[in-house]
Amino acid sequence: MPENGASSSTAPVAPGLAAAQETKRQRTRMIIRAVGMLPVLLLLCIGFHVLSDGRFFTGQNIGIVVQQSAVNTVLAAGMTFVILTGGIDLSVGSILAASAMAGLIISKFPDLGVLWLPAAVLTGAVFGILNGGLIALLRLPPFIVTLGSLTAVRGAARLLGADTTVFNPSIPYAFIGNGALTLIPGVLSIPWLWVIALLVILVSWLVLKRTVLGVHIYAVGGNESAARLAGINVWAVLIFVYGVSGLLAGLGGAMQAARLYAANGLQLGQSYELDAITAVILGGTSFVGGIGSIWGTLVGALIIAVLSNGLILIGVSDVWQYVIKGLVIIGAVALDRYRLQGSART
Amino acid sequence: MSEPILEMRRVSKSFFSIKALRDVDLTVYAGEIHALMGENGAGKSTLMKILSGAYRPDPGSEIRIDGQPVQISGPLGGRAAGIAIIYQELSLAPNLSVAENIYLGRELSRGGLLAREAMQAGVGPILARLGADFTPQTQVANLSMGQRQLVEIARALHARSRILIMDEPTTALSAGESERLFALIRQLRAEGLAIIYISHRMDEVYALGDRVTVLRDGTLVGSLDKGDIRADTIVRMMVGRDVSSFYKKEHDPRNDPNARSGAPVLAAIDIADGRRVKGCSLTVHAGEVVGLAGLVGAGRTELAHLIIGAAPIVSGHVEIEGRAVSIRTPGEALDAGIAYLTEDRKALGLFLDMSCLDNINLAVLGRDAKFGGILDRDKARDRAKRAFAGLGIRAANVGVPAGGLSGGNQQKVLLSRLLAIGPKILILDEPTRGVDVGAKSEIYSIIDNLAKSGTAVLVISSDLPEIIGICDRVIVMRAGHIAGQIRRGPTSPLSQEEIMALATGTEQLDA
Repeated sequence: MPENGASSSTAPVAPGLAAAQETKRQRTRMIIRAVGMLPVLLLLCIGFHVLSDGRFFTGQNIGIVVQQSAVNTVLAAGMTFVILTGGIDLSVGSILAASAMAGLIISKFPDLGVLWLPAAVLTGAVFGILNGGLIALLRLPPFIVTLGSLTAVRGAARLLGADTTVFNPSIPYAFIGNGALTLIPGVLSIPWLWVIALLVILVSWLVLKRTVLGVHIYAVGGNESAARLAGINVWAVLIFVYGVSGLLAGLGGAMQAARLYAANGLQLGQSYELDAITAVILGGTSFVGGIGSIWGTLVGALIIAVLSNGLILIGVSDVWQYVIKGLVIIGAVALDRYRLQGSART
Repeated sequence: MSEPILEMRRVSKSFFSIKALRDVDLTVYAGEIHALMGENGAGKSTLMKILSGAYRPDPGSEIRIDGQPVQISGPLGGRAAGIAIIYQELSLAPNLSVAENIYLGRELSRGGLLAREAMQAGVGPILARLGADFTPQTQVANLSMGQRQLVEIARALHARSRILIMDEPTTALSAGESERLFALIRQLRAEGLAIIYISHRMDEVYALGDRVTVLRDGTLVGSLDKGDIRADTIVRMMVGRDVSSFYKKEHDPRNDPNARSGAPVLAAIDIADGRRVKGCSLTVHAGEVVGLAGLVGAGRTELAHLIIGAAPIVSGHVEIEGRAVSIRTPGEALDAGIAYLTEDRKALGLFLDMSCLDNINLAVLGRDAKFGGILDRDKARDRAKRAFAGLGIRAANVGVPAGGLSGGNQQKVLLSRLLAIGPKILILDEPTRGVDVGAKSEIYSIIDNLAKSGTAVLVISSDLPEIIGICDRVIVMRAGHIAGQIRRGPTSPLSQEEIMALATGTEQLDA
């Protein structure tokens, strides 16, 4: 039986075909990942438009939707950086509140007033860097560290205003909260909040996709040990991403302060971190890190805003809105799992 | 011979339109060790997954056990048919005890409560039969890799499996543990079990195999009986061509005037980490390929980690081109011109979700960047394409994720990353582990070319024929110390026996 073993000729299975098939599957997978939830967003918009008897696609309503999504988009952009490294930042809502408080307090000083905006952003960055330092240098788990700062920074926000609401009806740069950038007079104008959010997305995209640091962020999320052996300063990357998350939470705080002319350490930004995380996950960024895109996050944030707005438009009660949004979060994570199944990670 | 215990006839398996297996026949008898060989992607795993019930074969395939046709569906089907697989990555729960692992999924209970004593008692005789030196109560996390394998085998015996499939069982074992495993496999053969042994390693197949079946590209190439098993025959069957000079070694630093002049490029002087590495010194010259041999656990990888700053040096120091340097992180090692290829490319080397392009360029992104941090994408793409062409990396394009490549191609991607740096010193830790025969030979010729161009190469390897085939000099480690070194003679090759004697310490007994 075995005598002709070595010489028996057989038709090999064309490996080229297999490779081509494999690439085709990978390409389909990449397209699905890239397009991600965009079809869902469009379907939601169309669905709400029909169900609300055409009240969704009106200039005014779209303006409301983008304005409402702006702050969450900014927070979610920072969260994308963090989740790409396989981490999590639960403290962004609290940092937003503390930054808004700090900004409003500064704005009431006659000479320093105009500095309130950078002050708010800086406050956020400092808290973020503290988070990052604890995580990167003391090697503490991100969930624990930011769970701690979620509480501690909330306390700090309340301390800042002696647990009261701080008002400033004449806050400088108030236009960014309520004004709009006119592109074509009388036809098209974009709320400043939305302009800021888009700029944040654009800069985030540049950093993630066009810089060395961006590749390092994906590398740390994909395989931290390998990143360390490849000579990447993992601690610096971690401090950076938590710093960015904090800084953008500070910017979000400034946006809220400018919109409301007021801030309250107790109420502002409550559970905003959940919306930000939901937006990132809906956007296809993997919870274990290393995979994801900032454009997905933008789509995710818009889905949340459209969902809130649309449910109100068609008259769903407040209580049911919670239930539906919660189910969307679970659905998003289920989707994340499903997506990971096909990846090289298995 | 008697009735075969397992007969596979015309077994095929298609995934969509791709045939992973085509009309493969395999006959296995009780009381034989049947080696199954083939390059990565030849179809060995697919065949085994069909036997374990993970895949369902295409219609027309036939599997008979003891002459009876069977349908194996799901992992329970494999177990019911008496087939057990010992996987490469062991499938034990480290947080549970030996007994709990062996009974996993079939726990004994009395009145709804776990019958721990009964389980321990049931496991005892099997462990004794296998000659285990641990108790059923031992937590698996405390066992060595060799002992864990024993637990896997015990689990298979406990399930009354009669066909045992072992997939590269010695990958994670030391030489001593491998020897004990071989003895055990022979004992199981004598007890009448059929053992299907999958391995890339020729010496193991020599030592164990009663018969060898070779697969290539999803088809059966043929089977050899014990008397006909010869390395060159098997290699020719596996790759489908003659591999005349498998170990590529043309460069000899003795004939290279540039190589011998001056101080060694790399010198480690009495370095220690306070734990596994106890005062080791070694030198590597330009153009020289130095092997670092030793048993698993001798401290070779740990020594490499000290040199590249992945672990802190407690005493001693490292010199590069005669100057003392302080290297505290792998990043600083790269700056100093030392590149390190990890032994564990999936866990410590590659970014499986990232493209080959990013994987190849990762270490030089900063150097190539414009304006202090903006990626130079054209340069990166060119570099990746050159690496694909130069090293013969086979993938659809440079943009596909590295995780989708075969072991050999992944290794070449990782090598490309290191070569992109243009290192003076290259430390390769098990450079051909999990790499198929064809790619192995290609990697050897890459190493030879590097030496030719003046790179100092240190190769850590547990594959002695490899060390002997490609190295100019071998340093042998034993229990954290340098046990000695052997230089290739002008005419005589390095001797496997001498290296093993140093590695195991038997040379002291002889003296």
